[in-house]
Amino acid sequence: MSGYVAYVVRRLAQFGLVLFIGINLAYVITHATPIDPVEQSISAVTSFGNTAPDAIEQMRISLRELYGLGGSPGAQYLVFWKRILRADFGPSLSAFPTPVATLIGRALPWTAGLLAVSTIVAWCLGSLLGGLAGYHRKSRGLKLMGVIAMGLHPIPYYILALVLLIVFGFLWPVLPITGGSAMNLPQTWTFDFVTSVLQHAILPALSLILIGVGSWFLGMRALVSNVVTEDYVVYAELAGVSPSRVLSHYVMRNALPPQLTGLAISLGGIFNGAVITEKVFGYPGVGSLLVDAVYAGDYGLVLGVTTVSILGVSIGVLVIDLLYPLLDPRVRFS
Amino acid sequence: MAAILRDLLRYHAEFRIGAGLIAVVLLLSVLASFSPYPPQDVYVVPPDVPPSLTYWFGTTSRGQDVFWQLTFALRNTLLFGCTVALISRLLALVVGLLSGYKGGWIDRALMSVNDTFIVIPLLPILVLFYFVMRDRMSWLLLAMIMACLGWAYDARLIRSVAISLKAREFTQSGLFSGMSTREILVQEHLPYVMPIVFSTTMNNMVWSIGLEVTLAVLGFTDINTPTIGGMIYWANQHTAMVAGVWWWIAFPTIAIIMTFVGLFLLAVSMNDYIDPRSRLHDFGGAS
Repeated sequence: MSGYVAYVVRRLAQFGLVLFIGINLAYVITHATPIDPVEQSISAVTSFGNTAPDAIEQMRISLRELYGLGGSPGAQYLVFWKRILRADFGPSLSAFPTPVATLIGRALPWTAGLLAVSTIVAWCLGSLLGGLAGYHRKSRGLKLMGVIAMGLHPIPYYILALVLLIVFGFLWPVLPITGGSAMNLPQTWTFDFVTSVLQHAILPALSLILIGVGSWFLGMRALVSNVVTEDYVVYAELAGVSPSRVLSHYVMRNALPPQLTGLAISLGGIFNGAVITEKVFGYPGVGSLLVDAVYAGDYGLVLGVTTVSILGVSIGVLVIDLLYPLLDPRVRFS
Repeated sequence: MAAILRDLLRYHAEFRIGAGLIAVVLLLSVLASFSPYPPQDVYVVPPDVPPSLTYWFGTTSRGQDVFWQLTFALRNTLLFGCTVALISRLLALVVGLLSGYKGGWIDRALMSVNDTFIVIPLLPILVLFYFVMRDRMSWLLLAMIMACLGWAYDARLIRSVAISLKAREFTQSGLFSGMSTREILVQEHLPYVMPIVFSTTMNNMVWSIGLEVTLAVLGFTDINTPTIGGMIYWANQHTAMVAGVWWWIAFPTIAIIMTFVGLFLLAVSMNDYIDPRSRLHDFGGAS
């Protein structure tokens, strides 16, 4: 048991470090680059016609206050952390005066839902098929699947999403290609709304799953084909354990922990993919929010989404790490 | 080296396909030097002409020849991937070798930072960077940033090899004969990790080019330098799909998929070659 506690403490420390480094990166990027967001906003406003000099000065002061850019660098750094700890990113400039936190809160469930479902489906499906393919090496169908996985896996999310959009939006228009639900439905828990959400989620989820399945399939197949040659598997087979039991209890069971570590490691990348997929399919999640915020020049919103996504991904990684001992008893008892 | 290539070509189907795809892509990118038009000029040919004998891949709504534009885009995209791969390889080598050889608190500190960089979602950070830099975001700057963010996973791989090298006798004899840490790492350990460095180079290129395409498609890079993502960006700006100018999107997409699959297959076959178990299985005893 003490082994587990030490493990959890270590993971929590790593979680804290991820947040610390990630948020410091965001600070450095916004504060140490030679470009001043305040001056940029002002020049964007003043480029249309004349503005009185004292009005510009007023604007400069209030923008500095809004962005937390007043005072010495040390004070700015403290203000930055204070705001992040209170989840206060100020009002959004593009949807003034809605607070950034509200906008993100509205978008987060969409992304979290899409990402959770597609990641879990892709991981389970990929691991299962990959395990079968590693165990039954002669099967034609599984070999073909390996070839397909190899072709799909390296393609970036954007390209695959674009291809799906073209196929199911233009060539064979059967699925809705944009939005999170039908426009004319109120967002309450009615049957119509839920089916509409599911329908709209098919294409974005499919693009995430298609790429995900490939990499989990390849990873699991490689792991299993190593486990299969281990002595204890041969022994179990010779001792007359049924093949399906050998596969599930002896082979898959031992290949799964590294797969789960792989999931934790690739979570950041999967999130990147979700951002793009959302933009392509106009899905109302944080990815679309981020991209639109950049187009609208909304500083607080961009910073807010960046911070929240670092937080979200590291929480996801932490959850997976804490689940890990369930699969791998060595961590529990060492 | 030549023998390795010959073996790979003879026994490894994945390597043959990958090498073929990359050869086509490289050929196209070399052709960029023979282009009759400068890459950034617009309205040099009649716009929106479908693929024909004169314009093999058609022309864009901006009056550019898709074929020649594609050669420039491929060259820039590949160059970008190579730059990122080269710089991040150096970082990964330094961190990985040092961490594996030194061990102790240096190893723990470096690996904590390393694990952090592995899980942090990079796209929002890159977008934030673009948001601050705007028009000053040049091609080279983006490559530098990505290299600084993309070394972590490979550093861990290199470290795991370095740890096993540390226990080998030649490390001890090097140490006792008075070699400095730097000499041991560069002269003794580096040659052993080079195969891994080569295979991770391909994966790193797939990663960085993929991110670059993604950023460019959204318009978050220097869109005046033609890259594959930039071509798709301009096509989207002119609503090429709706206007029926499909060749403007189709050919860059095909080219980039060829690049990705090619690089990935090369990495896979390289990995199979490095791993003695699969090498024995695929290539027989001779090598």
